[in-house]
Amino acid sequence: MSSAGFGIQVDRVSYRYAQRVALDKVVLRVESGHFCALLGPNGAGKSTLFALLTRLFVTPQGRIRIAGFDLGDQPRRALARLGVVFQQSTLDLDLTVYRNLRYFAALHGLAGRSAERRIQAALDRVDMRERAGERARELSGGHRRRTEIARALVHAPDVLLLDEPTVGLDAASRASITEQVHTLCSDEGLTVLWATHLVDEVRAQDDLVILHQGRVLRQDLAGRIAGDKPLSEVFLAMTASTS
Amino acid sequence: MTAYLIALSAIVQRESLRFVHQRGRFLSALVRPLVWLLIFAVGFRSALGLSIIPPYETYITYETYIVPGLCAMVQLFNGMQSSLSLVYDREMGSMRLLLTSPLPRWWLLTSKLLAGTAVSLLQVYAFLAVAAVAGITMPWQGYLLVLPALVLTGMMLGAVGLALSSTIRQLENFAGVMNFVIFPAFFLSSALYPLGKMAESSHLLYRICTSNPFTYAVETIRFALYGQINGAALGWTMLALGLFMLLALWGYDPARGLITRRG
Repeated sequence: MSSAGFGIQVDRVSYRYAQRVALDKVVLRVESGHFCALLGPNGAGKSTLFALLTRLFVTPQGRIRIAGFDLGDQPRRALARLGVVFQQSTLDLDLTVYRNLRYFAALHGLAGRSAERRIQAALDRVDMRERAGERARELSGGHRRRTEIARALVHAPDVLLLDEPTVGLDAASRASITEQVHTLCSDEGLTVLWATHLVDEVRAQDDLVILHQGRVLRQDLAGRIAGDKPLSEVFLAMTASTS
Repeated sequence: MTAYLIALSAIVQRESLRFVHQRGRFLSALVRPLVWLLIFAVGFRSALGLSIIPPYETYITYETYIVPGLCAMVQLFNGMQSSLSLVYDREMGSMRLLLTSPLPRWWLLTSKLLAGTAVSLLQVYAFLAVAAVAGITMPWQGYLLVLPALVLTGMMLGAVGLALSSTIRQLENFAGVMNFVIFPAFFLSSALYPLGKMAESSHLLYRICTSNPFTYAVETIRFALYGQINGAALGWTMLALGLFMLLALWGYDPARGLITRRG
């Protein structure tokens, strides 16, 4: 890894749609093995940032590095180090959990025994091994999400991106998925970027980036940003005062 | 190299499996050309006298004449459906997933195209089988020799769909595609009538028909079914495949902000 220490580096990245500036000189760094929450109201630019991080879009302004690999210069190496859970489900509902993961493994060039082993390991990490034979359609929302997280881990990435992964889930599933991803981060050294607009998914010891109207308002430990007030109050005040 | 093949085979398998699951789609892919063949063509037979034109060596019935055009139509429909489903329904998610693979994008799109072509082959052969049962047969070697031709035309027509899905934002639904792509491509081609007939009626329409890539797909298939190669048709089909593929790659180039309106 050429620039050890950072799982994700975003340097002065801007992006504009025809008229509107979606991201304005965004700077963001996530240290390897850290959990970073990207908090912003709807329309803050989170999804655009994710599209850039996953190379659905590229922008001439600014640079992005994933696990040390520049997404502009070495896109394929960077993508190989990246696991993604998109906001909208991308499971094939007619296939079983196992088949969904198998398809994804193949997209990363993995097949045979080694794919098998990795899939089982990934399913274990989110406690889904015994559901492997079920069709995705039969799973609850929470289990579908876990399947997607397992899928994003199959190729053993260094960095995991999750775009509002708890949208549409009940409180219990939300809490359990938030917990699970925190554990992955602390136990296995995975770098996590977790986009959300829900303040209660952020813990005091997490890194926190507050994105609003395409700009980064703050990046620090969540506990430090909150100070002695509840984070939700601070977040509302920050995003209200500039809108 | 193996990683490329693993991904290709997974994409083809997935697409085929999806198709098998969607019985309705299979049925309509089969019924559509059969309606043309067993109703339209029968009614039209008496109205249209066909002279002997290559590759035919004898007088043929109208039903026999339109079989290659209907094969191409099946592939055109399939190409449009598999690509446009990317844009209009939840399939967009699966395209995103596909594009986050570390394999090069041109390979991913080519795989997607081959997968769609594989599905179209199933449809075309099912159609040819039913047509044969109904008594409309080709020389038996033709059924084998047409396979490589169908792979080429399937890719070309699939590439049209892929290029459209990535570049045109105005086609809001499938009806729009029917009106502005499928019907013009089909009617302004040699699928339903020999172009010689068209030239007698309108020179302008004849010129349009001869610049329509779909015409060349139809002729490639027609000649292959009779064990012959129409060099010009083959060449134009290949050229069209190249051009539409470039357009698709350009459309799916991330620097252009793919799927921007979904962002």
